[in-house]
Amino acid sequence: MVETIASAGLPVDEKLEIKKSRFSPDGKNCGKRISIVTGIHGDELEGQYVCYEVARRIQEHPEYLTGTVDIYPAMNPLGIDSITRGIPAFDLDMNRIFPGTRDGAMTEYLAAEIIRELMGSDLCIDIHASNIYLTELPQIRINELNEKELVPLAKEANVDFVWVHGASTVLESTLAYSLNSRGVPTLVVEMGVGMRITRSIGDQLVEGIFNLMKKLDIWCGETVPVREPIISSDPEEVLFLNAARSGIFVKDAEHNTYLKKGDSVGKVIDPLTGTILEDVVSPEDGLLFTIREYPVVDEGSLMARILKTQERQGE
Amino acid sequence: MEKKVLFEIESLYRDNFRVTGLTFGKGEKSLCILGNTRGNEYQQVYICSQLVKKLKELEAKGRIVKGHEIMVVPSANPYSMNIEKRFWPTDNTDINRMFPGYHLGETTQRIAAGVFNAVQDYEYGIQFTSFYMPGDFTPHVRIMKTGMEYIKTAEKFGLPYIVTRSPRPYDTTTLNYNWQIWDTKAFSLYSTTTERIDEESAERMVEAVMNFMIEEGIIVGRGYRGYHSQVVDDSSMVAVRPYSAGMFRCGIKVSQRVLKGQELAYITDPYDGSVREKIVAPVTGTVFFVHNRPMTYANTAVLKIVPAE
Repeated sequence: MVETIASAGLPVDEKLEIKKSRFSPDGKNCGKRISIVTGIHGDELEGQYVCYEVARRIQEHPEYLTGTVDIYPAMNPLGIDSITRGIPAFDLDMNRIFPGTRDGAMTEYLAAEIIRELMGSDLCIDIHASNIYLTELPQIRINELNEKELVPLAKEANVDFVWVHGASTVLESTLAYSLNSRGVPTLVVEMGVGMRITRSIGDQLVEGIFNLMKKLDIWCGETVPVREPIISSDPEEVLFLNAARSGIFVKDAEHNTYLKKGDSVGKVIDPLTGTILEDVVSPEDGLLFTIREYPVVDEGSLMARILKTQERQGE
Repeated sequence: MEKKVLFEIESLYRDNFRVTGLTFGKGEKSLCILGNTRGNEYQQVYICSQLVKKLKELEAKGRIVKGHEIMVVPSANPYSMNIEKRFWPTDNTDINRMFPGYHLGETTQRIAAGVFNAVQDYEYGIQFTSFYMPGDFTPHVRIMKTGMEYIKTAEKFGLPYIVTRSPRPYDTTTLNYNWQIWDTKAFSLYSTTTERIDEESAERMVEAVMNFMIEEGIIVGRGYRGYHSQVVDDSSMVAVRPYSAGMFRCGIKVSQRVLKGQELAYITDPYDGSVREKIVAPVTGTVFFVHNRPMTYANTAVLKIVPAE
């Protein structure tokens, strides 16, 4: 059942509508409820395929559904439709305006309606796709404030990596922070790259979502065993490789590979002079979990993230 | 006047990105004035240019008090301004959400760190800034309630209003907030316009800064005609939000006094011109903010009024 959860009239002959699709045995809210959210950033599209595939599999076997699945594929519909990361016209990052206010500006009103709508969910999954610059290994990011509650859930999501990061005041205006602080467990997934769909990682997360649904008694069909993620909560374990020079970054290594100290990650080159401006090498042994896709770099642009860890047996 | 490059990074195909500081006088770091961090803050850069003209004259006449250094940084972001983009050209990040910065971080974190390193340690910091919503303001000075309030000092600008407000989560990454944390008494000055040069309010801002410097004993002068500032908390202003979206037609200007029930603006249908909504003043007071774009969205504040006491 498709429903509009928030709408606002636009100036010229158009209405902005945020929609959800509800799947449940009786079409109403029954049993436990999972909310699958994506499209807060209009340039992150990996979640589009995940929403489609979850909905498709449920409709293929509706007899296995024992709870409620709400799918919200486009929280920022104007952004998705105009290849804009933030909310067009307002030039605002939608994930910095939560919890919003009902009597606030249009953007704040939409944020407040989204929170109201998602309240009561037993689990919310907010799917992000990095940005247009970086490819990310499928991972779940957890604010250290919610580590205890969320890590056990994240382990069931079939992601490769769970990154427990420090609390920051700025992150208090995200959807996940607002929901977690209001008692709705919310997992933030980062995977793939902006403006693209990578079916393999989409399928990987879909298996994880069905596994979580099974654990929550929302799904009684067959599920596949999920992979055990690497869990990191020590900020010293994550190494950031930022460009020392402005130039064109050409990668030598692919993400999800284990590197030895000194292995090449890529190069920053100067096409004008035909010279290498910077050799980018791994400073430690570890897993390359973030790699730059967008070639143009300014001094300081992030090129890679490496998790200091040993290669796991069997991988 | 001494001109020095405070921060610089190389680019692949563009000229180097430079943040330049212009200093006047020698001695204690008394006052730092910063123009834009966003590429559309033209008025803010223009005000700095007018201040620089004044300070050059004052320096030549020996009217900068011995032992004081004043630095003007007209632009912390020439790259965005040169291509008419509000935020950072490559990744659309906002430098004024990156303070105090990180010298090993992403590009705009490095710029913020470089700028902050150069502008900190001053006794006073003034930033000409703009609001995230497009509109004209009554000239005012804005102070965050961070536990270190200096309303008395803010009165020395002689601007019509001093606006106080509680910090929000994102404020912790602004220059103003970080100046305060690191012991610089910081003031955000809002001119009437941002994307359009307005001579009158630019002049008002220059006078305000001159007043401030005279009162603080940084320069010698007779002072300008100023206001006894009214202190207003942001939360006490009345925001006027239309229910409808449409074309915004408004003849009211900032600083104008309006009476409760007075017609202020209309939201019209873009196709047939019919009036979708008549906006009337909900209170008697002075218009503080007016939306300045042709269209408006529903529920979005188009006017703000300081209620009459």
